[in-house]
Amino acid sequence: MGSSKIFSASAACRSIGDGATVLVGGFGQPGTPNSLLRQLLAQETKQLTLIKNDASEPGLGISPLIEAGRVDRLIASHVGLNPLAVALMNEGRLKIDIYPQGILAEKIRAGGAGLGGILTDIGLHLDPSPAAQLVEIEGIRYKIEPALRGNVALIHAERADEMGNLVFAKTAYNFNPVMAMAADLVIVETAEIVPAGAIDPDHVHLPGAFVDRLVLIEEFGPEYGVLKHHALQT
Amino acid sequence: MPYKHNIARRAAQEIEAGQIINLGIGIPTLIMDYLSPGQQVFVHAENGILGMGPRAKAGHEDPDLIDAGAAYTTIVPGAAFFDSLMSFAIIRSGRIDLAFLGALEIAQNGDLANWIIPGKMTPGIGGGMELAQKARKVVVLTTHVAKSGQPKILKKCSLPLTAPGCVALIITDLAVIEVTSTGLCLKELASGVSVAEVIAKTEADLQIPAGELPRF
Repeated sequence: MGSSKIFSASAACRSIGDGATVLVGGFGQPGTPNSLLRQLLAQETKQLTLIKNDASEPGLGISPLIEAGRVDRLIASHVGLNPLAVALMNEGRLKIDIYPQGILAEKIRAGGAGLGGILTDIGLHLDPSPAAQLVEIEGIRYKIEPALRGNVALIHAERADEMGNLVFAKTAYNFNPVMAMAADLVIVETAEIVPAGAIDPDHVHLPGAFVDRLVLIEEFGPEYGVLKHHALQT
Repeated sequence: MPYKHNIARRAAQEIEAGQIINLGIGIPTLIMDYLSPGQQVFVHAENGILGMGPRAKAGHEDPDLIDAGAAYTTIVPGAAFFDSLMSFAIIRSGRIDLAFLGALEIAQNGDLANWIIPGKMTPGIGGGMELAQKARKVVVLTTHVAKSGQPKILKKCSLPLTAPGCVALIITDLAVIEVTSTGLCLKELASGVSVAEVIAKTEADLQIPAGELPRF
């Protein structure tokens, strides 16, 4: 392998331009690449299309980018923990496309696995859009869901080796590996970068083939800790 | 709110040994409190856990360990973590034996609406559609009527469906109602509730078995 994959946050993110489509790991806060998102906010990248499971919570994750008007469109499965994003959507200032969570993941996986799309029977009872293409296999009707890809993926990993092999932690695993599969440029923030060979190959969650740039998290702000947030509870 | 706990306590009785279950947002999360320690049950959380334990105690939260409703949680021995692709492969391939979900409306043919009120409540679907459509059995836990007093159990849903014909059992603050091939059948009453009250607060047709109904 060639030159080092290790970058500073600013050097890693500099090439992300206005209008980029950015895939973002995380389900709620765990696994959300907060440091890279902060860098994107600081460098004033705008007209973004973000693809993330959720809209984060106000003040956290991707929400500061949304609040600052840098996001034109969000592709997600659930935005209920971010009333600011819902309000912007209702005002017509933020376009939000919603897909069932596992279908969103599979559309992205198709994009990252060299496939054109997937076939699914989820949600067929809702009037499919006129553009929806249906196929029938062994008597079951499916809808074609086209693959999704992005220009850039921003990923949070627990640990990386210098080859870019990644290990994720607990429920910070979530969308991170699939997001890393489906972008032209994959930037990973991580708590630890270890020498090649220090991660048991049996324990690698995502091989380094999908990883372009590694950024060591310099400052663990409160967003990485235990939060008093609005859990969706009774 | 004791009625929510009564619903959760009754719901826990639906779980059989060795099952994989998923607990939706709201009342279903309370079922964790009513699982007996010896009960061999594996709780699945959409964000990547099989073998979820009780809610984390204050001061013992792990920032990397939340449930699908974003509350800090724990795991039990034998648990596994995985990514979102695997999590939904488990759901869509029919590995969830029992899913407990909330409801905005339920129809007498088992249709469920619980994800959107167009123009009013638009949080997105999350994992609910895949759970409702693909879990082997769906049990709905809900208040019998909406906050407005309007019945939630209807002849036909007016809201966009989460999944058609998916509900097997409805457990409310007033009653346990089974969805059968011939319609809804009243099975049990909450303590202090009369058959007349359940009928008055249900818009759907209800079959009432003869004799005294069990209480829960």
